[in-house]
Amino acid sequence: MNGTDTIHVALSGSLDDFDLDVAFDAPGHGLTALFGPSGCGKTTILRCIAGLNRLAGACRIEEDIWQDETRFTPTHKRAVGYVFQEASLFPHLSVRDNLLYSSGGRVKPAASNGVGFEEVVDLLDLDRLMQRGPQRLSGGERQRVAVGRALLSQPRILLMDEPLSALDRQSRDEILPFLERLHRSLAIPVFYVTHDMSEVERLADHLILLDAGRVVASGPLGVLQSDTTLPLALQRGAAVTLDAVVSDYDAAYGLTRFDVRGGSFLIPGSADMPTGSRQRLRIGASDVSLALEKPASTSILNVLPATISSSRALDDREIVMVLTLGHDSNGEQLLARITRRSWDLLELQDGRPVFAQIKSAALAPRRLPQ
Amino acid sequence: MQGLSSEIWISVRLTVALAATTTVILLIVGTPVAWWLARSRARWKEAVAAVVALPLVLPPTVLGFYLLVALGPDGPGGAIAGLWGARTLAFTFEGLVIGSVVYSLPFVVQPIRNAFEAIGDRPLEVAATLRASPARVFWTVAMPLARPGFLTGAVLGFAHTVGEFGVVLMIGGNIPGETKVLSVAIYDFVETLQWREADILAAGMVVFAFAVILAMTLIEKRMRRAGS
Amino acid sequence: MQAFLSRLKLLAASLAIVVPSASAALADQVKVAVAANFTEAAKAIAAAFKADTGHEAALSFGSTGQLYAQITQGAPFEVFLAADAARPEKAVEEGFGVQGSAFTYAIGKIVLWSTDPNLVTGAQTLQAGRFDKIAIANPGTAPYGTAAIEAMSALNVYDSLQPKIVQGANIAQAYQFVKTGNAELGFVALSQIADNTDGSRWVVSDDLYDPIRQDAVLLKTGQGNPAAEAFLSFLKGAAAVALIEKFGYGVDIAE
Repeated sequence: MNGTDTIHVALSGSLDDFDLDVAFDAPGHGLTALFGPSGCGKTTILRCIAGLNRLAGACRIEEDIWQDETRFTPTHKRAVGYVFQEASLFPHLSVRDNLLYSSGGRVKPAASNGVGFEEVVDLLDLDRLMQRGPQRLSGGERQRVAVGRALLSQPRILLMDEPLSALDRQSRDEILPFLERLHRSLAIPVFYVTHDMSEVERLADHLILLDAGRVVASGPLGVLQSDTTLPLALQRGAAVTLDAVVSDYDAAYGLTRFDVRGGSFLIPGSADMPTGSRQRLRIGASDVSLALEKPASTSILNVLPATISSSRALDDREIVMVLTLGHDSNGEQLLARITRRSWDLLELQDGRPVFAQIKSAALAPRRLPQ
Repeated sequence: MQGLSSEIWISVRLTVALAATTTVILLIVGTPVAWWLARSRARWKEAVAAVVALPLVLPPTVLGFYLLVALGPDGPGGAIAGLWGARTLAFTFEGLVIGSVVYSLPFVVQPIRNAFEAIGDRPLEVAATLRASPARVFWTVAMPLARPGFLTGAVLGFAHTVGEFGVVLMIGGNIPGETKVLSVAIYDFVETLQWREADILAAGMVVFAFAVILAMTLIEKRMRRAGS
Repeated sequence: MQAFLSRLKLLAASLAIVVPSASAALADQVKVAVAANFTEAAKAIAAAFKADTGHEAALSFGSTGQLYAQITQGAPFEVFLAADAARPEKAVEEGFGVQGSAFTYAIGKIVLWSTDPNLVTGAQTLQAGRFDKIAIANPGTAPYGTAAIEAMSALNVYDSLQPKIVQGANIAQAYQFVKTGNAELGFVALSQIADNTDGSRWVVSDDLYDPIRQDAVLLKTGQGNPAAEAFLSFLKGAAAVALIEKFGYGVDIAE
């Protein structure tokens, strides 16, 4: 990952008595989540990328060098879009003027790889808010305007610092679909800081795990989720997210078939999802149970052949394991957590073929606007 | 008011001209000072703030005395006056403006500084991430957001200059139309036992001060409502 | 008990001694309101007065106008040394002063003065008018200002000098204007510069302006206070007159 199509960040030093020492590369597309507990330095990293704080190091977005040993580009000369935790709209400007602040109040044609005004307004559903003042918006509406405003500055990278954490549950649910849609339709890379795993599972392609100012791990989301040497897979709520394609709809039973690498899932509902559309499925480790033979009679719809790739004892009661879908070790990886008693009873071991049973209810995909 | 002589009207006009000129200069001079005081992380900035605030606590006689010396032929004022062949800036309208600017400085700088500080870092950071240069950030974000502070500062600076007495008395020379402002006129009327005239002017000042304070309170209230 | 009673008697006896002498001490004091221009002279006179009579003169200084206003509002002054003749007269008229007690204790003299040793040579300095600003005391409120105007008028230079005149609120400010150089020269009181020979000066001839009579008056509050009457008669005596002249004032020879 040293090519010019990647993002490279290396920072070290201390800021307000907080020591940071990180170096990582991230892909030049998709959403990279910076995940870790509060105080792990993720916001500081984002601020340094934007040039709002300064630590020694380097920062390169593809071929644009913003910081190295000799240079430090000031914030206003960096093509960043920054979405703060609070929307921070300019209270003296209307929604429209907030959106157009970066272009001096004029609607400009989009840069070659950027987004246009109409596109942003449409994407974030801002049309009917245009003439309002920020004081007359809900929290979710405000954050949508803030996202749109950042996008319209034609950034090379969109930096989002816990954009949902200041919102209530309802506003969060309202805005998440917009973020999902955004991430699918945008060409520019997004760095997304959060301490909420569910946001990572819904949005991230790439993940950087942080703790106490250091990078714990960095890689594609699925890889980190199913790495039993990392804390993610050992958590109670551990899960993997799979990229699925809608392949079929059974109108008689109201079931939609989702194909993933090495298998497929039947999930109730989702009649309106067009065949061929891509969805993200979340499969929790505790929603997966195992059988040695394919059960002949079961109410569980989704019974998929899989192989135990690796396993690790959580404690003396439970074991977490990584399953590879299919029996040719080429499929997607799932996490499964079972008791040590079952492990012993079934005489399970690494490399052993099994059948993974997954409750459909746990699989309900989100309705994603396309 | 028919009985008021032209002498009084000259004083009124002079006072308004002095207060208006002083206010405009204070807004121009005070804004960068206030901005620096609000934004700088320099350790000695509070020392500068204390210097700016000095006129709040110093008696006008102290300021008047130093100004008299500073404006005179042996001070910087004399050097400036020398540019157009004069010897001193004392006894001139310009001298009074300088004195008033010093005297009213904290009344303008403090509200503007408070307003700048109340903005916080965030809106300025947001603007910078939206490609706004520091100058554009200042004009399009900091200034509009600090508007209530500018209004308060302008009103206080104007009113305080109108109410100025001691400094003018000490550097003015009591020249009608040039340095004889309202407060000095009132003093003269009292001293020469022309109490009717003194009464009219003094009552006018009381009404003016009341109107200023009331207007400011109402404006601030309205702005707070509009801002929330 | 016996001891206690005898001590009580002793205490009472000592009180009897102390009390009359305390009241005598009070009667020995006179409160004098003094016009600011006479400050230094008054202090010297008060010292001489105490040395001579044992009485204490407590001095309060202020502008004549302010002191007069305080007197009308019930200030406890017993003697009033004004900077003019008008206020003592008015005090008598309005019933604050004792009829017939007013007299001229000093006559102010004006000097044309400059810190520049070569500027002031005499009346011709005014006639030549080679200066930018000339300071005087406010003629509306200060007798020294009135005298300055009279002197300039008598020399026929008032109209030509008028645009150059700057007014101090009082004679002290006229002095400041000249001393700081903001005005090149000005009419000040001789008493202000009597103790030095700085700069250049011309003591304006007495015949160019009405004498600046500074009158004293006994106030009703001081009637019956022997110290007040003693102070006024001391003020007329040779010792006080010598001091008054030393501080740059004239005295009324007719007195």
